[in-house]
Amino acid sequence: MGWNMPRGVLFTCIVVLVALALIPMADSRYLIDISTEIMVYALFALSLNVIIGYSGNVSFGHAAYFAIGGYTNAILLTTYELPLIVAFPAAVLASGLAAAFVAYFCTRLTDIYFAMLTLAFAMLVWAIAFKWRSVTGGDDGFVGVTVPEFIDGRVPFFYFTLITVTLSTAVLWMICHSAFGQTLVAVRENITRAGFIGVNTRLMRGAAFAVAGAFAGIAGAIFAMYNRGVYTESAFWPESAQVLIMTLLGGMYSFFGPAIGAAALYLLERFANEYTEYWPTVLGVILLVIVLVLPEGLVGLFKRVKARMVGGR
Amino acid sequence: MAVLEIKDLTKDFGGFVAINDVTFSLEKGEKHAIIGPNGAGKTTFFNLITGHLEPSRGSVDFEGKPITGMPPHKIVRLGLARSFQRINIFPRMTVYENIQTSLIARDHKHFSMFSPGAAQNREETRELLDLVGLDTEALEIAGELSYGKQKQLELAISLAENPSVLLLDEPTAGMSPQETNEAIALVDEIAKSRGLTLLFTEHDMSVVFGIADRISVLHHGELIASGLPEEMRNNPEVRRVYLGEGDDAAA
Repeated sequence: MGWNMPRGVLFTCIVVLVALALIPMADSRYLIDISTEIMVYALFALSLNVIIGYSGNVSFGHAAYFAIGGYTNAILLTTYELPLIVAFPAAVLASGLAAAFVAYFCTRLTDIYFAMLTLAFAMLVWAIAFKWRSVTGGDDGFVGVTVPEFIDGRVPFFYFTLITVTLSTAVLWMICHSAFGQTLVAVRENITRAGFIGVNTRLMRGAAFAVAGAFAGIAGAIFAMYNRGVYTESAFWPESAQVLIMTLLGGMYSFFGPAIGAAALYLLERFANEYTEYWPTVLGVILLVIVLVLPEGLVGLFKRVKARMVGGR
Repeated sequence: MAVLEIKDLTKDFGGFVAINDVTFSLEKGEKHAIIGPNGAGKTTFFNLITGHLEPSRGSVDFEGKPITGMPPHKIVRLGLARSFQRINIFPRMTVYENIQTSLIARDHKHFSMFSPGAAQNREETRELLDLVGLDTEALEIAGELSYGKQKQLELAISLAENPSVLLLDEPTAGMSPQETNEAIALVDEIAKSRGLTLLFTEHDMSVVFGIADRISVLHHGELIASGLPEEMRNNPEVRRVYLGEGDDAAA
């Protein structure tokens, strides 16, 4: 095989998975809902990190592919009454293809120009969702999504999400640690040199973008069923900003960092909203802290603390 | 047989002609040095050959095939690799991964998403590490190596592509005299054992006259002379512009 995950990471993954699998036993709707949503956001953030952490580009429009996955799944399930086994893969394919199309244009550019173009395309997706009322429901949203019977219910849906997100994360981990993933890191590290070892860097960045789009589509497709609806806000830029912050908060130089960032930001927002109405202010402070103190996110902080403890002995 | 055939190559940077009508050929198996004062256009010349810059005029043929205007990754695939004057490695990857990734690219495996990166070309990576003397530094972060070792690593990254022709831009720039000697002995040995054709720029004249079979002189973007080392040593024009008898003599 040749895939080797560091033991500590593997152990942590297993512990987290077991803990998640036991959550329904607590019989708390609140806990199940929070966990389901966190898993979706975690996958969403992990997918974005293929672009940011691995290929070294910043996307300001990642919500577009989350939304395309959500709308496609919702429309195929509800309007066309297709079974999940058709609708779900089609949704993933749609997001992946849309991302590949956008990547064709964006990868001509780098840095801020790349980021701005991803934002522009995301706004187009948002505008289409907003205006194409007959198909998407426009600003009322696409409501009343048909959820297949076998996952219709809080607990079955939780397990469906757990399994889908776990499998997706495993595949994403493999891609990021494959020959492709390793070369992608080389492209991030030194795009000129990568060209001079014979790598078509534009195609690599494009492939990364498409992969990221497809996995964002998975997250979006799950979320559409969870909410029994898809809304234009899911493609809007604050959604792209939020997943970007999750990724940076967790740490872009670590595979699992963005998932940790997603959980942390989600929980912070929940708690902050219970005690104050100033969540945007709190968010601003979090952003400042990331930029000034934690450029490598929570995972970077953890590594530094660990290094200091080992070094201090 | 000429492996590299360059005709009337010109690069005009909006009025500043960095390379002017250069016609040049590189013979198979030779070690050819390009010398010239700072700003003579040596690096630009390399950038034009390897696809990093597009020429304003002229053509470059590699092994009989036109490569003018081709992107770097396609030129590398044909067997023409290069190293850089300024260190050009993958700084946050390990030394091992730097070389391994180059091998992955050479074997066209950089789009395989489902074969583990760490398992690719392990033996060959080790061999290259041994070859350039970086075996003990394999797991170090490349950007944290000493300058001389980063240069060695760059050489290994280029060699991993299995080139038939290697362009080295100032392979000893910034090295101590001892590092220089070691680096040159290594390059010389590798060129011999692999049957490489070498084209290199170098400012250290002892290195140039020590290993070059042929020397060409660039001055203000023009190729003013080309020939055997003794011929160059005695060429009055070369002496005037470069070898210590002109105003702008280099070290």
